[in-house]
Amino acid sequence: MAYSKKVVDKFENTINEPAKFNVGRFDPKEMNVGTGMVGAPACGDVMKLQIKCESQGNTHVIKDVKFKTYGCGSAIASSSELVEMLIGKTLEEAKEIKNIDIVEALELPPIKIHCSVLAEDSIKQAIEDYEQKQ
Amino acid sequence: MSNTVNLPIYLDYASTTPVDPRVAKKISDHLTLDGNFGNPASRSHKFGWKAEEAVEEARSHVANLVGCDPREIVWTSGATEADNLAIKGIANFYQSKGKHIITSKIEHKAVLDPCRQLEREGFEVTYLEPNDGGIISPESILDAIREDTILISIMHINNELGTVNDLVSIGKLAREKGIFFHVDAAQSTGKVDIDLSSLPVDLMSFSAHKTYGPKGIGALFVRRKPRVRIEAQIHGGGHERGMRSGTLPTHQIVGMGEAFRIAKKEMNADKERIELLHNKFYESVSKIEEIYVNGDVNNKVKNILNISFAYVEGESLIMALKDIAVSSGSACTSASLEPSYVLRALGRKDELASSSIRFSFGRFTTEEDVEYTLTLINHAVERLRELSPLWEMYLDGIDLNTVDWQTH
Repeated sequence: MAYSKKVVDKFENTINEPAKFNVGRFDPKEMNVGTGMVGAPACGDVMKLQIKCESQGNTHVIKDVKFKTYGCGSAIASSSELVEMLIGKTLEEAKEIKNIDIVEALELPPIKIHCSVLAEDSIKQAIEDYEQKQ
Repeated sequence: MSNTVNLPIYLDYASTTPVDPRVAKKISDHLTLDGNFGNPASRSHKFGWKAEEAVEEARSHVANLVGCDPREIVWTSGATEADNLAIKGIANFYQSKGKHIITSKIEHKAVLDPCRQLEREGFEVTYLEPNDGGIISPESILDAIREDTILISIMHINNELGTVNDLVSIGKLAREKGIFFHVDAAQSTGKVDIDLSSLPVDLMSFSAHKTYGPKGIGALFVRRKPRVRIEAQIHGGGHERGMRSGTLPTHQIVGMGEAFRIAKKEMNADKERIELLHNKFYESVSKIEEIYVNGDVNNKVKNILNISFAYVEGESLIMALKDIAVSSGSACTSASLEPSYVLRALGRKDELASSSIRFSFGRFTTEEDVEYTLTLINHAVERLRELSPLWEMYLDGIDLNTVDWQTH
């Protein structure tokens, strides 16, 4: 698999410094945490994304993110890339993030586009979970 | 870390081996004007005679390693061509006797694809399931035999698992029923003893490049007594007693001959050394939680070790082990995203099949290579599990089979 240098670097940095790259978990029961988990072991990738938000005026801002991903190198790089895009964004802004943004940021090969779709699905689900709690 | 380790470390000997320097020397002696460059088919001058002599000497070395008569060896471009020649050659020659072939689901593509082609031409093929240890049982073959079965093609050593099939029992069955028995032995030479003078096998495929010889050369054993006939698949000059035309590549042939001569001489020493490396590796790696060896451990060669690291995806593990050259399954399928068809045939769940890595050791693997690899594996598996939501669920005691996964 010929990955771009960006995928390789993102993957390696993430596994070498998990704490710095937001690997981890929040308690999913906390009211200010939204959890999304997408994919399936049989398909080769599972992404779990958690956002911790704070309400500011009439909106909510993503203050912190944690994630865990089981999958190929580009699935791990895609979720790590997404996490960086999320911190500090309002939920409205986060909803605007599309898989193509990840494809472009990492120069994903066509055969790995589904990794970015999965990442987009995970943030949608996490936001949905959070909004249901409010 | 030891400074004697050269990175990356090659642990993919089941895919191909480097050419032994002694073999390389032999090859280079058969190329240039001051070497033995003649056409072995030239009858009219010394260049041809000398080349023919070298080819026949190489043929004897190959025959000597596998216990057959040199006249039973047909040169081919590799094991893939040998498999094609055996399977299509028998099917074409004996189709009036019947059009049914038995093989297994875990054969190499070089056997499966010719079988698929024959199906398109009107033959019927039964693809047997292995047991969960990756072995094809003689009983399952007996059950599959029909009146019109003309050929059984079963591999000796599986390339992904290293498991060894029982050629004697299968061959006896085939003999009793008057069915030809072909064996793909690409992974066998130099690893286990093969004695075709006593094995009930009619056709056997060999490769040079899995045994420290060059790529692009192999051989097919075609038994003379009782006589086995095959229809040629490549025509043009009637070389190799009409079974495989084309000018013989002297340099590659002497390379294969030298590689097999060395294999005969050094097999026991190689085996002993590799077994020690394997044991050291296995002892350490088996201390990692939740790993599974694929293939029957009591019935496999030690140079191949296929392991599933549960809750870690295989490609990410290979990426994390970038200084180690290993493969997930067969190199011929590693471009696709499918989990190995061999592991699926064993009934391994997809997630275990796609978390598998094949380590294969060889003549030039050192103890330092193994130690360095172990350090990297421990580190990579730990890191990737820290990153794995499945590992987290496993630690939380959640049964992954009860989770309602959102497939995409």
